Amino acid sequence: MPAGLLGIEELDRAEIEAILARAKDFQPIQSQTVKKLDTLRGKMIVNLFYEASTRTRTSFEIAAKRLGADAVSITASGSSVSKGESLVDTLNTLAAMRPDAIVMRHAASGAPHFLARHLPTPIINAGDGTHEHPTQALLDARTILDRRDRLEGLKVAIIGDIAHSRVARSNVHLLAKFGVEIVLCGPASLLPVELAQLAPGVRLTTDIRDAIRDADVIMMLRVQLERQHEAAFPASEYFQFYGLRLEHMDLAKPDAIVMHPGPINRGRELSSEVADFTRSVILNQVENGIAVRMAVLEKVIG
Amino acid sequence: MPLVIKNGRVIDPASQTDRVADVLIVDGRVAGVAPNLSSPKAEIFDATGMIVAPGFIDMHVHLREPGFEHAETIESGARAAAAGGFTSVCCMPNTKPVNDSKTVTSYVVEQGKKAAVNVFPIGAITKGSAGEELAAIGAMKAAGAVAISDDGLPVMNSRVMRRAMEFAKSYDLPIIQHCEDLNLSAGGDMHEGAQSVRWGLRGIPAASEDVMVARDLVLAQLTGARYHVAHISTGNAVAMVEYARQKGLSVTCETTPHHFSLSDSEMLPYDSNYKMKPPLRSCCHRDAVVAGLVAGTIGAIATDHAPHAGSEKMQEFERCPFGIIGLETAIGLALEQLVVTGKITLTRMVELFTTGPDSVMRLGRGTLAPGAPGDVTVFSTDVSWTYDVNQSPSRSRNSPFHCHAFRGGPMATVVNGEMVWKRE
Repeated sequence: MPAGLLGIEELDRAEIEAILARAKDFQPIQSQTVKKLDTLRGKMIVNLFYEASTRTRTSFEIAAKRLGADAVSITASGSSVSKGESLVDTLNTLAAMRPDAIVMRHAASGAPHFLARHLPTPIINAGDGTHEHPTQALLDARTILDRRDRLEGLKVAIIGDIAHSRVARSNVHLLAKFGVEIVLCGPASLLPVELAQLAPGVRLTTDIRDAIRDADVIMMLRVQLERQHEAAFPASEYFQFYGLRLEHMDLAKPDAIVMHPGPINRGRELSSEVADFTRSVILNQVENGIAVRMAVLEKVIG
Repeated sequence: MPLVIKNGRVIDPASQTDRVADVLIVDGRVAGVAPNLSSPKAEIFDATGMIVAPGFIDMHVHLREPGFEHAETIESGARAAAAGGFTSVCCMPNTKPVNDSKTVTSYVVEQGKKAAVNVFPIGAITKGSAGEELAAIGAMKAAGAVAISDDGLPVMNSRVMRRAMEFAKSYDLPIIQHCEDLNLSAGGDMHEGAQSVRWGLRGIPAASEDVMVARDLVLAQLTGARYHVAHISTGNAVAMVEYARQKGLSVTCETTPHHFSLSDSEMLPYDSNYKMKPPLRSCCHRDAVVAGLVAGTIGAIATDHAPHAGSEKMQEFERCPFGIIGLETAIGLALEQLVVTGKITLTRMVELFTTGPDSVMRLGRGTLAPGAPGDVTVFSTDVSWTYDVNQSPSRSRNSPFHCHAFRGGPMATVVNGEMVWKRE
């Protein structure tokens, strides 16, 4: 299996630290007038997105270009998918064009893992179903570390539709490797008890106030209506019980930060005031996304 | 030509035989089991050091014909059965068209006559297995159906199931249920538990099986039908069947080699060769299934041989169809998981493949009594072999046991006095 990046679970702490350190090197480049390096000059990256995505796809594309690589982005609509071609045939076709890496997002959990067994090209997982979203967890860790010296000993609350969240899973795997106290919070129907076995140091609660109390980091998740195949909770009362409001912030540490992988739904999982709050770092996450993805592309292709 | 199987250890639970002897088959029937048998011009098979048993019966296979011949045919599936040591198979009705009529039943019977092993069709419970209107059960029985089942799909409507049981009883047919509450399992791809949560795959809860078994046992009590749970896979389901049996109900169940051999923690991530229904459960369910085999609650091992063409299984996990092939690996797995581990005796294992399924399907087989059909399974407890799915007579390749090294397996298969398969 060629070395790509399929998930956080299989990375060790040193590999994660190396990516995060390299991403830090790339941060200043984002604000330079000339932002382009030639590290990956002559390399070709295919961004293959089977699910709608604005930020992740753009972020990968910019990261590739800032490293001097060429990037081609393909969205599933209008491609061979609609002509009935199987996933493995599509990927084999793309692999025959000899790209140096394929960045892939797919609605099916494990789709990149399945393809990695059959393809010669390294695959970077840009989100697979409800499984993992490794670069999101890496950029989240980078964002936390921009404000804290270390991850060890922090308390991180992840709140929302945990069951269907690949962001939550990748973050749990990453944070647990650094000894973070992780509290997962959501309605019981979106919080399967087996989540506690995902990694060491994970606790579950259905009470948002319990989750937030003394937290250093509050990660809000998008309510993913498109991933729910049934009404797992009454949507009308979601915000009342699981929406983050300004008054909740008094329960957290005084310097606690609020994160969100985006896109945010103001008034659904967090109030508009929280989204624009001084300690909301949502846009810093977006900015770090490019630096982190540059580090990942360099590691995989460089 | 007569056949003598010489010097094997003959284990025939039906006649409580366990001794070294010869088995003589003349005119397609067992003529005798005794030391030093011979017959002029007889073909001789030397079974020294091997086990000689009544022909094994797989009461639950999918042969895909008519309709899905790209995945399997009655001919190819029967050859796979022979290579796995089975002399009789009962094939489920989820073909295209569904076997819900005497026309399809007769077709399967006719194709079966040309096949390497005995083929017995199972008719559908409902038309098109749609779960609504009863199929022509009596006509299918007259054409050769040995049981009814909507396998692959459960009969969700309790009223329809009640009526089906009443009819099955009046025709003296067993009714076999694939126990799954479709509302609880909807969208699921694997057992609901720590592993499904880790992999972000939707779960099929054990409760989806338990709920259906519980309902059906109540209906079996109400109707007095002979009720059989297919591929039982959960601890609660085994316990409920045991309870019903103690109450005196005519209730039986089978499990599969993969359900007593594997759990969800042994799955390779997103490998569709581990995707089947019911799914591979957690270790505690697997252990309960093994305990059910030991205790006698589970009376039969059936493979649920479910061929799918390579392209169908070469997809995203959630898009792949359910099922694996299993005919050729069943004996090896039973020996490895149940006998070598000391959980059951060889005699008990032979029962699970012979008298167990025959007591449900009533084929009049599964014994070496004089005059019985000349079906014999010869197997070894110490032959070393490695399963190469690419050499399988099956048209499909979907097995999680490819490259598995076995100690013990089938050596020769005799159907109605003809040697239809021999280990090379």
